[in-house]
Amino acid sequence: MTAIEEQGTSLWRDAWIKLCKNYLALLGLAIILLLCLVSLLTPWIAPYGYEEQNLLLGATPPSAAHWLGTDIFGRDMLTRIMYGGRVSLTVGFIATAVALVIGVLWGAIAGFVGGRVDAVMMRIVDIMYALPFMIFIVLLMVVFGRNILLLFLAIGAVEWLTMARIVRGQVMNLRKQEFVEAAYSLGLSQWTIIRRHIIPNTLGPVIVYTTLTIPSVMLLEAFLSFLGLGIQPPQSSWGLLINYGVETMEEYPWLLIFPGVTLSLTLFALNFLGDGLRDALDPRTSKDQ
Amino acid sequence: MALLEVEGLKVYFHTRNGVVKAVDDVSFSVDCGETLAIVGESGSGKSVTCYSLLDLLPKPPARIEGGTALFDGEDLLTCDSTRMRHFRGNDIAVIFQDPMTSLNPFISIGEQLIEPLIYHPDPARKQSRETARKRAIELLDEVGIIDPKSRVDCYPHEFSGGMRQRVMIAMALINEPRLLICDEPTTALDVTIQAQILTLIKKLQETRDVAVIFISHDLGVVAGIADKVLVMCEGTIREAGDTDTIFYHSQNDYTQKLLAAIPEGAKQLPNRAQPDNVLVEVTNLKTHFTDYNKPSNQDNVIRAVDGVSLSIQRGEILGLVGESGSGKSTLGRSILQLAPTTAGQVTFDGTSLTGLNAKQLVPWRRKMQMIFQDPYASLNPRMTVYQTLAEPLLYHGLANRKTIDQQVRQLMDDVGLVHSQLRKYPHEFSGGQRQRIAIGRAIATKPELIIADEPVSALDVTIQAQVLDLILDLVERHNLTMLFISHDLSVVRYISDRVMVMNRGVIIEQGDTEALWADPQQAYTKQLLKAIPLADPRMERVRLADAQADV
Repeated sequence: MTAIEEQGTSLWRDAWIKLCKNYLALLGLAIILLLCLVSLLTPWIAPYGYEEQNLLLGATPPSAAHWLGTDIFGRDMLTRIMYGGRVSLTVGFIATAVALVIGVLWGAIAGFVGGRVDAVMMRIVDIMYALPFMIFIVLLMVVFGRNILLLFLAIGAVEWLTMARIVRGQVMNLRKQEFVEAAYSLGLSQWTIIRRHIIPNTLGPVIVYTTLTIPSVMLLEAFLSFLGLGIQPPQSSWGLLINYGVETMEEYPWLLIFPGVTLSLTLFALNFLGDGLRDALDPRTSKDQ
Repeated sequence: MALLEVEGLKVYFHTRNGVVKAVDDVSFSVDCGETLAIVGESGSGKSVTCYSLLDLLPKPPARIEGGTALFDGEDLLTCDSTRMRHFRGNDIAVIFQDPMTSLNPFISIGEQLIEPLIYHPDPARKQSRETARKRAIELLDEVGIIDPKSRVDCYPHEFSGGMRQRVMIAMALINEPRLLICDEPTTALDVTIQAQILTLIKKLQETRDVAVIFISHDLGVVAGIADKVLVMCEGTIREAGDTDTIFYHSQNDYTQKLLAAIPEGAKQLPNRAQPDNVLVEVTNLKTHFTDYNKPSNQDNVIRAVDGVSLSIQRGEILGLVGESGSGKSTLGRSILQLAPTTAGQVTFDGTSLTGLNAKQLVPWRRKMQMIFQDPYASLNPRMTVYQTLAEPLLYHGLANRKTIDQQVRQLMDDVGLVHSQLRKYPHEFSGGQRQRIAIGRAIATKPELIIADEPVSALDVTIQAQVLDLILDLVERHNLTMLFISHDLSVVRYISDRVMVMNRGVIIEQGDTEALWADPQQAYTKQLLKAIPLADPRMERVRLADAQADV
């Protein structure tokens, strides 16, 4: 089996070569890596502490001392955004990863096995859909206490539902393809067929949906935090900053603009990278694109 | 002056990898009551030529670089889009290859048929719904739909492939076109249906005096209906002339290659069957499916295979012939235990396979392999040729990391592919090369039995001949036993030692190939054999006339 794995890397190797020729996707990747790096190093490179207040200063527009201005408590916005990125990016990536893993596996198994297994698995998904999201989260919080890790899990546990549906639809289509039947006639086990023949062929829509999930997860976190179920002030996240920014956008527009721009930039970068990855992972798109 | 005169037509595709001259300086003419056949392999530019006349090409990348196409004195290539719509609606109609995808599944066929009449831009020709409906029923009757009055309200899925193609023809005729373009109208159909459709096109042309352009990859199909033949290759005309000249006195190498590729006559190689050595024994095999579209209190069982017994001797090539829906593919899959069997026994080399579970079957899967019909669907698009060929070897432990490269290269040699293509993906290959890869995968595990399900049906005639020869060669060299499933009787005759005819889930006749050809016993078999188009214009005209008289 190990030898198959080694040869199996060539789709990814080819994808990487193709991705390197797609400058827009590389730019997206670079932006995301930069944001991650900044978030990682924030405690050391942030110009101020994130809870450092200066009530006398109040809300000031961008200046040489505070590049992105300060909020009503006189806290430096650049610092707040940098710390916020730590929360937002972690939530975004971890919750999406949870959704991705559960959703793809769940959908692939349901779609591939079909029949009664599929019916039961998809009814579970339906029930989860019907469950009011808020109650679900509140229940989790009550049972396990407030915990940022739990927040990731809770969001991921909701977001995987759509992913599972998308993958299941794809897989049901693929299952009838002759190359899957050929794999059967070679005597491959079901798990090998799912892993090697089914999942790689669902990557296109999965990647696009993933890049759409990350920003929506970040906003979901803001919503939960706003209700007091997520992270607590004085901690911050991009979503929270935007929420507070909206309240004061007429008097202090920079409180909305800068976090907004940061989140949009992340979203753009993710979309470019996602489109690039989708094309790169599809051998049918030309290699010299 | 002829109805359509094309002069110096050039259509180039401007792609990222440079300019492809899809059609390069092509000239021809076709007159009312005349049939012009354009024959060539895929990629020869035959379809592009016709689509460019109706402005149906994607532009870009396509660009018409030169030439004129005078239809009744007016140039089709330079007219504006309103005028083009007028031509498309009134004068020129197209019948496409695949009747399964060219009808809208959500609209009844009556509604689809009358659409061009009730929405006609010209008020003088616009008709009321009632008169249009009457016209539609007349036309369905004319193209041979039985009970057109009730069928007109049916939806496409309620028609078989052949019937859908008739509906397509009726649709093409509804505005009384003067030129009918048929783009491989019979390629997706069974041989008996093909014969019917050819007869129908011939009859309609005679009664209506339309000009017909008939596009095909198979010279054999056009022998009986074409007045003139245009042979195209790589965008240029290789030869043009009247049908008899092309078939009997062709000087051109390419035309002769096309003619030689038509499978004809008996198998050339000796029968390698070992009479007393039975490899596969099938007794009273039944594969039934439940039809969930029917209520469960009715008879809702589809009897795809209904009590088949057969035996395949070691070394033999057994042909299995039948039309679509006869259950021949299901039989093949049932023997390989890819379809769940309802009753009966399949014995392989003395061991019963029917009782084994998936795990117990694994060692047997190695010994029996399948070649599928559609080489575009049977290869995983995200695996390179190397991965595709290496997978069965590594999975069954027939190779280790040291020997795998060598073995995959050996397989590439076996099926006639060059080593430099190892790292390529399936989409980078032509249909014939893809089928070679699929064959390579099937023989990788050194199987004893191969079930080939229509392995050449999706291929051009010339490629078909090459792949058939490859299969014969591999059977010889690897000492294979084969069940060869096909609807194409000429192909089966060319390759099989023994033939079985299947209809509605049962084997109705079997025998040694040549004996069966010479003296078929069943009416159904006779009908099948009579439907084979002959690649000889004079004989084919007689056959078509007979068929027309029969109707």
